[in-house]
Formats: sequence, structure tokens, C-alpha cells
Amino acid sequence: MITVNGEPRDVAAGTTVATLLDELEDLPAGRRGVAVAVDAEVVPRAEWSSTEVGDGAAVEVLVAIQGG
Amino acid sequence: MQIAGVTFQSRLILGTGGFTSLDVLSGAIQASGTELVTVALRRVSPDARGSIIDVLDDQGVRLLPNTAGCFTARDAVTTAKLAREAFDTDWIKLEVIGDDRTLLPDGSQLIEAAEELVADDFVVLPYTNDDPILARRLEEVGCAAIMPLGSPIGSGMGIRNTYNLSIIREQTELPVVLDAGVGTASDAALAMELGCDAVLCASAISRAEDPEAMAVAIRKAVEAGIEARRAGRIPRRLYAEASTTFEGMPGYAIDS
Repeated sequence: MITVNGEPRDVAAGTTVATLLDELEDLPAGRRGVAVAVDAEVVPRAEWSSTEVGDGAAVEVLVAIQGG
Repeated sequence: MQIAGVTFQSRLILGTGGFTSLDVLSGAIQASGTELVTVALRRVSPDARGSIIDVLDDQGVRLLPNTAGCFTARDAVTTAKLAREAFDTDWIKLEVIGDDRTLLPDGSQLIEAAEELVADDFVVLPYTNDDPILARRLEEVGCAAIMPLGSPIGSGMGIRNTYNLSIIREQTELPVVLDAGVGTASDAALAMELGCDAVLCASAISRAEDPEAMAVAIRKAVEAGIEARRAGRIPRRLYAEASTTFEGMPGYAIDS
């Protein structure tokens, strides 16, 4: 069990940030304007496919919105 | 105008908050002539209406991510790093606010965050109070511009302390961008007349009855303001100074 944006979520063992993003709906194609933090640490885009989200991980998936 | 070595033809920076639709935003971007547009990061939500990134890409504008909503240096630094990943830019409009009622910057947290981000090679554009000393500290830690408020975000109260803004202008070579407080075109013109290099506004345009028309008005005001600044205004005087000479007045005129 992990949390994604505060919501509990079951994921298969070995799930990476990249595969988790593939499971999520509402993300822009090409992942433009998407950023991910796991346990309050930024996961660089280049490490999405190699970073596993282990049990208990708190994942934040952020997207561009209007603001400022 | 140059910021961090990048040249901009337009001196109007547009905040994207408050626009009722991406179409209205798109129209306002075009009408404003802006080349630099802010964008924020939030949790992905199913009711997102289209992609703001696509709109901004279509318009060919440069993105300026912000750290809106952050109350601590730590949160602002994390948000800036996330923005760098999301938007592939090391530019950040740094906002660290003290409370959600005034949205006024928290000076000590702002300095701390700015210092950390500069050390991490960010181009830091801090939203700050109209405080010349705080502005000097931000310059000392290596910020790329100073962005003082005229009055609180979204208040539309214009520039409340023209004297402080003039001091901030006078003491730095960095670009000074009036950020927050613009309510209408004349506020933007005044900012430029006081020596600002640019004006950033969102609500004044996005929440105007006709955002596109207001974008045009503020664009013209920014241009008028900088031209007036260059032209050099006359000094303010307590008493009149006649523009027509009294010499050669005819004899019937009463000599008082």
C-alpha cells in the first residue's frame, strides 16, 4: 500500500514511478508539466523508470495549473 | 529588457491565475504581447480543463513557474525543484508567504529559500515586500531580479508606497519588476514611471470584466510609463510656474 496525492493505493511489487504514472488517469501526454516527489524528495524525470515506489511510500504527482 | 541574460521585448509579465478558461487566457496572452507567463504546480485532478502547457506552447511564451502557496523555505525549495523537473527551466518565481489573509511575503523564509535555490543554480525571481533592505538582502544572496509588491496580491490597490519603490529602484542594478497590486492600467504606468523594468500582473487582467481589453490597456500603460520615464517628468512644485511669460503684457493689464 502506498499513497498517491494522499489517497491510499495498492500497487504491484516492483512498481516504478514511470509505471505508476502510466496507471494514473488525467495526466497529459508526454508528461509535459508533470513532476513527482516520493516521501518529499523530488524524483528527477530521468529516474522515473528506475525508481521503485516501495510499501508505505507517499507519492505526490503534480501537474501544471494556472496560477501566479 | 533583460533578465538573467535573456532579452524580452515586452515588459509585461502575465500571471495566469484567475482566468475563467484557457480560451480567455489565450486571448489575453496575445492581447498583452507578453513573452513570459507564470504557471503553478498542484496535485493532478480529474476536473482539470485541458492542458495549460499546450496553450502556452502554442503562444510561444516562456514559462515562469512559481512557488505559490508555500509558507516555508523548505516547501518553496521543494516546489522549485519539482517545477524544474516539470517545466525544464531553472527559472523560478519564488513566493514564500506569511499567512493566507494578506499573502504578504515572509522575509526571513524568503531569504533562506533564495539562498538555497541560488546555490542550486536556479534563476531566482523573488516576490518580495516593498522593503528596500529586504530587497538589498535578496540581491546579496544572488537573486536575478527584485519583484516588490505594490499592494497585496489580488487587492487591486495599486502602489501604496511609491517612495519605497523608488528607493528599491535607485539602489539596485538588477531588474525591478512590480509584482502584485496592479488594479488597472494607470497603476502599471506609475510603476514604470517610478523606474520599474517590468510589471507582473494577473488578477487585474484575468478578473477584469473584459480581460482581453484590459490586457491591451495594461500593455499600452506599460509602454507609456517607460516612455514617460525616459522622457523625464517635470519636478513637482507647490506653486504654479507660468508657461506663458509675463513680459510684454499690455498696459491695460492690472499690475498686482
